[in-house]
Amino acid sequence: MKSSVAQSSPSASELHRLAYEMRISDLKMTYRAGMGHIGGDMSSMDILTVLYFSILNVNPNNPSDPNRDRFILSKGHCAGALYTVLAYAGFFPKDDLATYMQPLALLNGHPDRTKVPGIETNTGPLGHGLPVGVGAALGAQRRNAAWRTFVLVGDGELQEGSNWEAAMTASQYRLANLTVIIDRNRFQQGDAVSSTVEVDPLAEKWSSFGWHVLEVDGHDYGALQEALSSDGPRPPRPKCVVAHTHKGKGVSFMEDRAEWHHRVPSAQELELAVNELTEKRSQNESRLS
Amino acid sequence: MNHDCREAFAQELEQLAVADDNVVVVVNDSIGSSKVGGFRERFPSRLFNVGIAEQTMVGVAAGLANAGMLPFVTSASCFLTGRALEQIKADIAYSNANVKLVGMSSGMAYGPLGPTHHSIEDFAWTRAIANLIVVAPADSEETRQAVRAAARHRGPVFLRISRMGVPEVHDASYRFEFGKAHVLRDGEDVTVVANGVMVTRALAAAELLEAEGIDARIINMATVRPVDQATVTAAAKETRGIVTVEEHSVFGGLGSAVAEVVVEHAPTRMRILGVPGVFAPTGSAEFLFEHFGLTASKIAEAATSLVNADA
Repeated sequence: MKSSVAQSSPSASELHRLAYEMRISDLKMTYRAGMGHIGGDMSSMDILTVLYFSILNVNPNNPSDPNRDRFILSKGHCAGALYTVLAYAGFFPKDDLATYMQPLALLNGHPDRTKVPGIETNTGPLGHGLPVGVGAALGAQRRNAAWRTFVLVGDGELQEGSNWEAAMTASQYRLANLTVIIDRNRFQQGDAVSSTVEVDPLAEKWSSFGWHVLEVDGHDYGALQEALSSDGPRPPRPKCVVAHTHKGKGVSFMEDRAEWHHRVPSAQELELAVNELTEKRSQNESRLS
Repeated sequence: MNHDCREAFAQELEQLAVADDNVVVVVNDSIGSSKVGGFRERFPSRLFNVGIAEQTMVGVAAGLANAGMLPFVTSASCFLTGRALEQIKADIAYSNANVKLVGMSSGMAYGPLGPTHHSIEDFAWTRAIANLIVVAPADSEETRQAVRAAARHRGPVFLRISRMGVPEVHDASYRFEFGKAHVLRDGEDVTVVANGVMVTRALAAAELLEAEGIDARIINMATVRPVDQATVTAAAKETRGIVTVEEHSVFGGLGSAVAEVVVEHAPTRMRILGVPGVFAPTGSAEFLFEHFGLTASKIAEAATSLVNADA
């Protein structure tokens, strides 16, 4: 059974409205916490929205169903975005979001599967998600189970060598049930990825590692749905979706600026951001209609 | 007659695999050195070789556990614990993944291959991680039972297994339990605490001490974490001092674990025998044991010094 919203196959405009509502919630939550990673939260929000409300076969009322799809947030610092999406999908009450990073809260700055329903593995140090995803996919393959595994990685995170170990292993075992999504927002904590250690050409790299590669606009709900869907021909290879995104997406003064990796807005900046996101939430952009 | 504990591990693992279809093995090209060639022959689809990639090896095991499997990771302890320590911490222990980590050929068993291949830091590294049981069996019987206990326990376990042949010190009547030390020889004068391949040396030291009229208590402390506080405290109170012996650095291992209990609960004199904070010179494991004083006579000497110390 899919999460309640996923069952109803939401339209792109519904996903858009939801994603912007969750952006506002996440920003307010981060402001209250006084800590967080807004830039990556905003760049990955549309991907997470499509996954949880349109793709993943997960049931908030039975989060450990053995036949659920697995989603692993390898870029664990974007826990704020994941918690928001999990709450909106019904895994825990939205009111709990107010506890984000408060003393003794279940919602740590990085996700903890032993405390938060819907989390598959604890992440935070980078380069951990894909190896775990490969293991989950191997388990499903061995069982001939239909469930799929999705791993969301950052682009800067690909500087971690463990990703490339795991990419080779996934290819060796022909894990067609595994999808890695790269949040290609082009920025890492301190600078542009290209000014740090460039990870391009991503498509060529993953392709040469034996993966089936797709490139999409990571803020285009329809394109994400199509790329992440299990419909259509499935080559016997793991899938890599390079999702081209913008760090800080949705708030003009945050977009494509490295300092918003983990900066927290002032009260005034929050108000500006919320106003802008509120306006965009109700926009019916032509490509969505 | 000496037995290779890796053989006992492999036999027990195969028996577990027959009984439980969820038992799988993850290796980093370490099939031969982990003695899991037999497992691969019997259960080819249940052995996952990720290549020479320790971080992925441990992460993959966490993922297999997430998928409902019961993974045993078997790899040279030096690489498993050193290269993948953060995966052990985050993916296994912190995530409470039901994974059994098996560090093979531990300590200085690789001898002249040198300090890169020695794992004399693994107790210290793993013992500092929450939610991880750390065990170094002394012989084949204890290895078999520890493997079974690890499979039964729902949660992370690290087993440290030697490639050096050791004589049996336990018989089939022995009952291994995590966190429970085994008093192999009772004694009133002094205590020797050892584990792994050092247990037989501690027992030999007891013979030497007996010839001198010293009655030594010999304790096999297979579980380094959680350490058996009651047994340590009793030994500290009932004998005149404690010698610890380990195939490990003296920093952060068995001696440290025992000392942590002693200083808080029953202060007494201790001598901590192990590798004294240096990288080993070239030599076989036996040579290095002599070199670092990890022998029956040196253990007896340390014990005698505690007995003769002023009260």
